[in-house]
Amino acid sequence: MTAPILSLDGVSKSFGGLDVISNVGFDVAAGGRTALIGPNGAGKTTLFNLIFGVYRQDSGAIRLEGRDISTVPSRRRIGLGMARSFQNIRLMPHLSVIENIMLGQQARANGLGAMLTPLSLFGRTKWRVEAEALLASMGLGTYPCEVVATLPYGIRKKIEVVRALAASPKLLLLDEPAAGLNPSETANLRDFLVEIADGGVTLLVVEHDMGFVRSLCDHAVVLNFGRKIYDGPTARVQDDPDVLEAYLGPRHAPAAAGEGAHAA
Amino acid sequence: MGGYWSGILSILAINVIFAYGIFLPVATGQLNLGGAGFQALGAYVAAYLSYNYDWPVGATLPLAILVAGVVGFLVAFPILRLRGVYLVLGTFAFAEVVAGLILNSETLGGAMGLPVPAFVDYGVPIVLAALVTLFVFFLMSTRFGLVMRAVHDDEVVSDLMGVDIRGVKVAAFAIGAGLCGLAGGLYAHTFTYVEIQAFNALVSINVLLFVLLGGTQTAFGPLFGAAFFTLLPEALRILLPDLQQAVASLFGIKGEVRAPDDSWRFVILGLVTVLMMVFRPEGLVTRPLTEKLRPRRRARLAGGEVAA
Repeated sequence: MTAPILSLDGVSKSFGGLDVISNVGFDVAAGGRTALIGPNGAGKTTLFNLIFGVYRQDSGAIRLEGRDISTVPSRRRIGLGMARSFQNIRLMPHLSVIENIMLGQQARANGLGAMLTPLSLFGRTKWRVEAEALLASMGLGTYPCEVVATLPYGIRKKIEVVRALAASPKLLLLDEPAAGLNPSETANLRDFLVEIADGGVTLLVVEHDMGFVRSLCDHAVVLNFGRKIYDGPTARVQDDPDVLEAYLGPRHAPAAAGEGAHAA
Repeated sequence: MGGYWSGILSILAINVIFAYGIFLPVATGQLNLGGAGFQALGAYVAAYLSYNYDWPVGATLPLAILVAGVVGFLVAFPILRLRGVYLVLGTFAFAEVVAGLILNSETLGGAMGLPVPAFVDYGVPIVLAALVTLFVFFLMSTRFGLVMRAVHDDEVVSDLMGVDIRGVKVAAFAIGAGLCGLAGGLYAHTFTYVEIQAFNALVSINVLLFVLLGGTQTAFGPLFGAAFFTLLPEALRILLPDLQQAVASLFGIKGEVRAPDDSWRFVILGLVTVLMMVFRPEGLVTRPLTEKLRPRRRARLAGGEVAA
C-alpha cells in the first residue's frame, strides 16, 4: 500500500455530552477510492466537518500527507490540497455556474492583485478561461452563464463536484454525491468520478447507495454510532457481521451473513 | 436649467452615491442601517473645513471620504460581530451616537449647524455619481465582487473555499462608509448648510429602502432604486392634481378637487413600496433578469466570431 494521503488517528468529538465520533482512526490511500459508509447519524458528515475544520476535534490527530492539520484554520485547509462537496447542495444560488467554479479557485487566488483583477470585464482572464475549460472537460460546457438556482438537481450535483475540483485538490471528499439522483444520473456520476480519479485525484466518498459504492470504491470504512466497525475491501463489507448488525439489527446478523443482503 | 431641476439632479446624484455606499455591505449580507451616521460624518468634515479654513471642494471631499471610511473601518470590527437584526440595531445605534456627538459639539455648531461657504452646482455631483457607479461596477466584476456575493449567499462554504470572510466584510463596510461620506460632503456643498436634524433615522431607512427595493444582486439595483425613489415623489408632485381629479371623477365628484396638502404623495410612495415588497421582494433588478438580457448580446458575439 502506498503512503496514506489522509490519516486519522484516535479522533473523537462530542457535542454537549453526546459522543458523535469516538476514537476513529483510518488511512486513505493516495490515489485510491475510499468509501465512508454507515447508517444515518453514524457521524460521517461530522467527520468531514472535522477534516475541514468546521469543528475542531476534542482529541486525536488528522494528518494530510503526514502533517497534522488540527490547528490549521478552516479557511486555509482547502489550500493544503483537499476540497469537498456537501450533503445538501451548497452552491451559491445567486451566482452563475462559471462564478461558482471561479469561487472554487479562490484558495489559489487570495492576493490583493488577484482579488482586484476583473474576472471578465475586459475579455476573459486566465481564471475565467481555466474555469470554462474545466466545465467543458466535465461535459458541462453548455451552462456557464446560467444562474445556479435555475438548474436541475442532477446538474447542480455535478457542478458542486466541479467547483471542488477547481481548487486543484489532490484529495476530494464527496458527501453523498448520488443522493437524490435517478439510476441513469447515478451511472453518469459514477463514470464522471472514475474519470476524476483516473486523473490522479484521491476520492473519499460518503454514500448510502451500496451499488454505487461497490462500483466506484475499492476500499470501505464503516462507521456506526461514531465508532469504526469495518475497514477493508468494499467487496467484503456486506459479509461482515458487525456491519450487518449495524444495518439490520442483532437478530438478523447471523442469518443474513451468508445471503449477501443489501446493506442500504 | 431651472433651480428646481438642477436641485433634483444634485439630490439624485447624491442619493445614487449614498445608495452605493449602503449597497456594498448589503451585497455581502450586512444590512447597514447607519447610513445617516456616515453621511453626517462626511457632511460635517466638509462643512467644518470649508467654514473654518476655507478649503476648496477638491480638498474637502477626499477628506470626507477618508474620515467616514476610516471610521467605518474601525467600527466594522466590533459591529460586524453582530448578526441579523442585531447588526441592523448596531449600525442604527452608531448613527444615533454620531448624531448625539455632533449635536453636543460646540465646534460643529451643535443644534445650530454650520454654514458651508463653498457651493457646488449639479455638475460635480453628477460627474462623481457617474464615477462611483463605474467604480462599483468595476468592483463587482472583480474576484472581490465575486467573493462579496459568495459571502452573502453562504458564509460557511465561502470560508471553506478559502475566502477571508471577515476581511471581505470589513472592506465592503469601510468602502461603503467612504461612499456615504462622499454623499455627505456633496450634500454639505449642495445645500451650503448642515444641521444634524437632516441626518436622521428616516434618512438611513430611506437609503436602505433604495438598495433593497432596487435589488442587491447586481450593481444596477442601487442605481434604479435611488433614481426611482428620488424621482417618484417629484413625478407625483407634478401629476398629483390630475390624479386626484381622476380619482374624484371615478366617484362621481365633479368640479375642482383639492387635497388639504400634498402629503398624499407619501401615501402613494408607501403603497408602491408595499407592492414592491409583495411582488418583487428581491428588488427591481435581479440576477436572472440581467442574465436574461445578456444572451442576445452573447449570441450576437458568437455569431460575429463564426462570421469572422
